[in-house]
Amino acid sequence: MSTDTASWTGRDLISIRDLQRSDIETVLTEAQRIQTDPDLLRTRIIASLFFEPSTRTQLSFSTAALRLGARLIGFASGQGTSKSKGETLADTVRMAEGYADLIVIRHPLEGSARLAADTADVPVVNAGDGANQHPTQTLLDLLTIQTSLGAIDRLKIGLVGDLRYGRTVHSLAQALTRFDDVSLRLMSPPTLRLPDAVRRELDGELAFEEVEELALKDLDVVYVTRIQKERFPDVEEYDKVQGSYVITPQLVETMREDAIILHPLPRVDEIERAVDAMPQATYFEQARNGVPVRMALLKLLLAEDN
Amino acid sequence: MTAPNAGELKVSKIRRGTVIDHITAGMAPAVLRILGVHPGFPSVAVVAMNVKSDALGHKDIVKLEDVVLDADTLQKIATIAPQATMNVIEDFEIVDKHEVSLPEVLRSILKCPNRHCIGNADEGVESHFALAETAPIAAYRCHYCEELVQADRAELIL
Repeated sequence: MSTDTASWTGRDLISIRDLQRSDIETVLTEAQRIQTDPDLLRTRIIASLFFEPSTRTQLSFSTAALRLGARLIGFASGQGTSKSKGETLADTVRMAEGYADLIVIRHPLEGSARLAADTADVPVVNAGDGANQHPTQTLLDLLTIQTSLGAIDRLKIGLVGDLRYGRTVHSLAQALTRFDDVSLRLMSPPTLRLPDAVRRELDGELAFEEVEELALKDLDVVYVTRIQKERFPDVEEYDKVQGSYVITPQLVETMREDAIILHPLPRVDEIERAVDAMPQATYFEQARNGVPVRMALLKLLLAEDN
Repeated sequence: MTAPNAGELKVSKIRRGTVIDHITAGMAPAVLRILGVHPGFPSVAVVAMNVKSDALGHKDIVKLEDVVLDADTLQKIATIAPQATMNVIEDFEIVDKHEVSLPEVLRSILKCPNRHCIGNADEGVESHFALAETAPIAAYRCHYCEELVQADRAELIL
């Protein structure tokens, strides 16, 4: 795998669309070898601007920063900040770049992280901009696949559930086009199929098939997402559909033993709890991978003075 | 009096101005909106819609007396009618002729249809799109929210 670490120094991470295969491989390589080192970023300050709460993402960014010795400033929700007094996002970002060496931003509006990156001279990392992008989630998904199965090329990957609104599956599918001979099986109810715009990005880049029923037997990776009740006009329709996309122990028995099941979490009832103890269940390890991926990114982005 | 030939264009020539030809059929009203043609418009505008065309099947044509278009206006027209041609007319003759092409970047031309886009928040952000697809219909991607917008959505032209 490529280790062109210089290509990351000082840049922003806003969208998976901005990344080439070599960029992704550099992060995954670094994430697999990075160790706790409280001296590495000892003099660095990271601004963590969370305009909306996020348990996993915020905690794993903070943990990653602390494990490398950086200090954190910021807030965990938009309430009580000058945003609530009407300050523009651009002004808040200008203030933060004056104080910190790197900005991590989560914001409910799509495109907010790009605006922050256009505004600030210090590196900006998108920790989720509305329904648009969440690139560090995709990188930790890829790290989990890489470490569990040894490679990403030539894998058969199934995406299950809400493929229409789920940003994690859109970003993952976009990232998988950077690898060789990956094939996708898209498993969703007709109303929650992958949007045409995303489908056109995959055309010619990787092979994919769309089916309504769950077919997991020949897959290397099964990536499960939650089907949300509010996407359906009536509850009966939701109940009928949701029940068809639940991963049960009986279904997992049909899978290969070395295959893996991933889920961005939080999980509600789309994977039965009895699956957690089965060898294919990899979603908690996936969540843990949020820390080494974010440690690797912080190290790479702030590498100049390391 | 002789009846005009069936194929003859039923729109009079202009002495001086611009003829925008090969407009995608049905898009003339959108072109007029881009040009700012309204009851107070200082020049004469002549419109022909659904004219037979060898190249396009059908097309629209807009003629503007005493008006030469600036580059910004040409870009806007190109996004909704990429096959359009502009003929500059002096003394009933074509003195300059150019085709438009799809711009790579659109600034302050398209409004993002995504209401959750930061570009539509009260941030004073200039709309900014980049060409993402050219066929079958050109589409632009919002620089901010990454929404893909088909360029023939005339109602989004600012």
